[in-house]
Amino acid sequence: MISKVTTHISPNEQLIFERSQPGRAGFSLPPLDVDEAALNEIIPRQFQRDDNLSGMPEVTEVDVIRHFTRMSTWNYSIDQGMYPLGSCTMKYNSRLNEKVARIAGFANLHPLASEAEAQGALQVIYELQQYLAEITGLPGVSLQPAAGAHGEMTGVMIIRAFIDARDGKEKSAQRRTMLIPDSAHGTNPASAHLSGFTVKTIRSTAEGLTALDHLRELCAHGDVAGLMLTNPNTLGLFERNIREICDIVHDAGGLVYMDGANMNALVGVARPGDMGVDVIHLNLHKTFSTPHGGGGPGSGPCCCTKELEPFLPVPRVRTRSGSDRATVFTLDFNYPQSIGRVKAFYGNYGMMLRALAYILTHGRDGLREATEAAVLNARYIAHGLVSDYEKPFASPPMHEVVFTDKKQSRKGVHTLDIAKRLIDYGFHPMTIYFPLIVSGAMLIEPTESVGRQELDQFIDAMRSIAREALEDPELVLKAPHSTRIGRLDEATAARKPVLRWKPKQSAAESRSTATS
Amino acid sequence: MANVPDNLHYSKDHEWVRVDGDTAIIGITDHAQEQLGDVVYVELPKAGESFAGNESFGSVESVKAVSEIFTPVSGEVTDVNESLNDEPEKVNKDPYGEGWMIKMKMTAPAEVDSLLTAAEYEDFTKAEE
Amino acid sequence: MLRQIGVSSTENLFDSVPGDLRLRGPLNVPAALSELELLKKFDAMADRNDAARRISFLGAGAYSHYTPTIVDHLISRSEFLTAYTPYQPEISQGTLQAIFEFQTLVCQLTGMDIANASMYDGSTAMAEAVLMAERVTRRSKVIASSAIHPEYLDVAHTYVQHAGIELQHSPYGSESGTTSPDSLTGLDDKTAAVVVQSPNFLGCLEDIQALSDKVHAVGALLIVVVTEAVSFGLLRSPGACGADIVVAEGQSFGVPLSFGGPYVGLFATREKYARQIPGRLVGEAYDSKGRRGFVLTLATREQHIRREKATSNICTNEGLIALAATIYLETMGPRGVAEVAGQCTQKAHYAARKISAVEGFSLPFSAPFFNEFVVRAPVEAAPLLATLARERGIDGGITLSRYDASRPNDFLVCVTETNTREQIDALIEGLKAFSQ
Repeated sequence: MISKVTTHISPNEQLIFERSQPGRAGFSLPPLDVDEAALNEIIPRQFQRDDNLSGMPEVTEVDVIRHFTRMSTWNYSIDQGMYPLGSCTMKYNSRLNEKVARIAGFANLHPLASEAEAQGALQVIYELQQYLAEITGLPGVSLQPAAGAHGEMTGVMIIRAFIDARDGKEKSAQRRTMLIPDSAHGTNPASAHLSGFTVKTIRSTAEGLTALDHLRELCAHGDVAGLMLTNPNTLGLFERNIREICDIVHDAGGLVYMDGANMNALVGVARPGDMGVDVIHLNLHKTFSTPHGGGGPGSGPCCCTKELEPFLPVPRVRTRSGSDRATVFTLDFNYPQSIGRVKAFYGNYGMMLRALAYILTHGRDGLREATEAAVLNARYIAHGLVSDYEKPFASPPMHEVVFTDKKQSRKGVHTLDIAKRLIDYGFHPMTIYFPLIVSGAMLIEPTESVGRQELDQFIDAMRSIAREALEDPELVLKAPHSTRIGRLDEATAARKPVLRWKPKQSAAESRSTATS
Repeated sequence: MANVPDNLHYSKDHEWVRVDGDTAIIGITDHAQEQLGDVVYVELPKAGESFAGNESFGSVESVKAVSEIFTPVSGEVTDVNESLNDEPEKVNKDPYGEGWMIKMKMTAPAEVDSLLTAAEYEDFTKAEE
Repeated sequence: MLRQIGVSSTENLFDSVPGDLRLRGPLNVPAALSELELLKKFDAMADRNDAARRISFLGAGAYSHYTPTIVDHLISRSEFLTAYTPYQPEISQGTLQAIFEFQTLVCQLTGMDIANASMYDGSTAMAEAVLMAERVTRRSKVIASSAIHPEYLDVAHTYVQHAGIELQHSPYGSESGTTSPDSLTGLDDKTAAVVVQSPNFLGCLEDIQALSDKVHAVGALLIVVVTEAVSFGLLRSPGACGADIVVAEGQSFGVPLSFGGPYVGLFATREKYARQIPGRLVGEAYDSKGRRGFVLTLATREQHIRREKATSNICTNEGLIALAATIYLETMGPRGVAEVAGQCTQKAHYAARKISAVEGFSLPFSAPFFNEFVVRAPVEAAPLLATLARERGIDGGITLSRYDASRPNDFLVCVTETNTREQIDALIEGLKAFSQ
């Protein structure tokens, strides 16, 4: 039984370029109010465009409104319901936070305004830094990175800069190995590579945790600069040996970087700084609920120990006492050991406003309660599906749980098919085929933003699909059945990529191209 | 069940070799293309490049995976199947024929003897599963 | 629920976290604020941002432009705002089609063949372009003009410092304010790319065509950076002038200043480099019934598949901001974009004429400019601008000494369509007080 949704009509809508009508426009500007100079005299002809921006669409304001409103109805979104993408933490995005980010005093503020005239903006950065330091137990914070992978790159570069300073360039050159578990997100090795490290992969145990013996073996050669670890890991399991893991790496002269993608399992419960972690990135667009916007913007603050603080990107926001003893917020560029800037200006500031609003509206108790609810919901799903789907790791999960298609694949029904069929039941699918070490993985993260009723609907849907896979596999293999388009031919799309719209050539034009 | 022609030699990285005098014609096996799924892009070297045995000479991409391909023998590339640029799907449709990838002039033809026979390769792929 | 899953208390949910690692007490964070309290707190902080209320002539990588009201309305729709990256095309066609339109618009503006789904911002897009040039050419020297935004140069330095790329700087002409092809002294057959910004940091237009000829003669790539994207509405596209990679900051297209972000990086290149481009790409695809849709494609370039061999580590990009830029461009259309660019040019040149007529003030650079230009004051610029702000409520520009101590009297003025003649005249009146 599909209980969450009913099919309804879906509007068709062309590409805007196909809707274009010469002469239409949707803007309104006042007439020019200064004395006009002859254009050729101020901008020489050779610098001017001569194509009239042809091909750009000409449409009215109403056309644009209808265009995007119709297209919007083709999207699934958090506001429609549970969005259980594992490791993505798709939680509710408070509209209050949106309102805060649009306050004119922030939205109209130029990033190069003088410090004295931007005190409120700097205060927001400073306060958020303080709270993130408290939440992670790591006192050095930079909000400059624009997303998780950017924060990772920053963290890994900090490790490199620290080792260069500690060992000297020559000795440091011997330490160019970054250890990364085989369960890690692909951004980890990509970020390590960008920082000039060679990646070595650590095996996971049958239990789904980092293999300590393999870690020790890899740490025995004196070439390890660090370890990049996600905790809880991407299997949703807390690395309970985290202290020992950090000790092994530290004893080998390396540092521990933690990927904070899964901090939604820990906020208010445990702090990476207390576990021995040296540097971490957070995802404000996951744990701190800034909206994901169909693929960003994100924000990936980097938090580190006191020892690593001198290496954080510049500028840093600090305080000093003003003339009347009031706190003055300043931009401090004077960190000669800093890795440098990772982005122009100060980071994705609009996301900082939203994240600070999230922290302040939750308060100390609310932050912990959110974590508890996120873990409880994942455990509830784990309990509800364990008899119908193979759960490859016995341990109880934290905020997300991994299942596989092992039981269903005997009938030829695979993870992709289960995911597509879930769409017919009105749910966005879970993360599929990740982590890579679990064959046919389905990684489910409900977050705290789902009530029991919808969790039950989700569990019922998944169990129903498991039955369908046995009784009517074709139904699952051909899913989804209710969407405006079916599965797309991605192979042809990749073989002959069409990455932009182009005007159709008229017959006369195409003839002339053919003969030229 | 994947097709494994008798008259070819095979590597453990799932390449096949057809020997023609001192020339080796190289491609990937039917088993390999099945595992990869729809091939969307094949990256190959240029004629004139030299490779040692068991060296990466290119890659095969499907929609969501990429695999390196390795030289089963050493030598110099004499010809490259340029038609795969436009029709990489030939690797799926005809892996031992039109889906061939490179021709090499072997510098040590005896290396072929250490490759797997069809029967050995079939056993090898079964053991891998 | 606890009972149903066989857990006796909430604390037991965390049994896999060793007891000595668990927090004993609550976080040192204040108790929850209500909606009214929260808004009051943020309103009070916003009130301390005096610059947000000033008449402003600040530019240098972030610009005040007119934004049609519908932009914010449409990007606030739940379906766009609260969706994830479009991994499931059947229920993400809204986002995917919008990105396809974005990619097309970026190609049209830049004069290039293909564009990606966005980068974090202009500065990181430029750094990624440098890394891409190294991949394409397999050469390791990159020459960047000193007339590029200094913060962009800083970011590029951070990105390439461990990538085995040698980043050299080429000086700009002290009279022209532009990068002469003859100044590229290090250019040789080991050069992967030359990077120039146009309009450059000083507002001057670079002769991209001449640079392109010189750069291509040694087999290097030309990377062109644009921080003021509105300039595409009037200036010859970098693609038409021979650029191989064009990167830009898209903030001018309907995105609020917001103290520096989130903005959106545009990244465009030639078709032959499609497999070397960083970031996400959306392509056209069809289902088994022949219905058109859009899908993320050429994913094998990306980190989740190729891991350390990926073309970039980027994952989340700037989807919603790219959507804002798309809506802006479609609402404005070719005429609107050209009109904004034309008004910026006329107003900036009006201001420049008037300022250079004030006794003691001059324009140190001779090259043509778009909507930003450097002014040389008869006194130090920093105290002059502080006085203007305090006494007349005008942010008159950005001191170049912020980035270059050898230019104490110079400041960069930006004029857009949002500045009225009255505001420009007020700026000039203010400067007259320092006339010498």
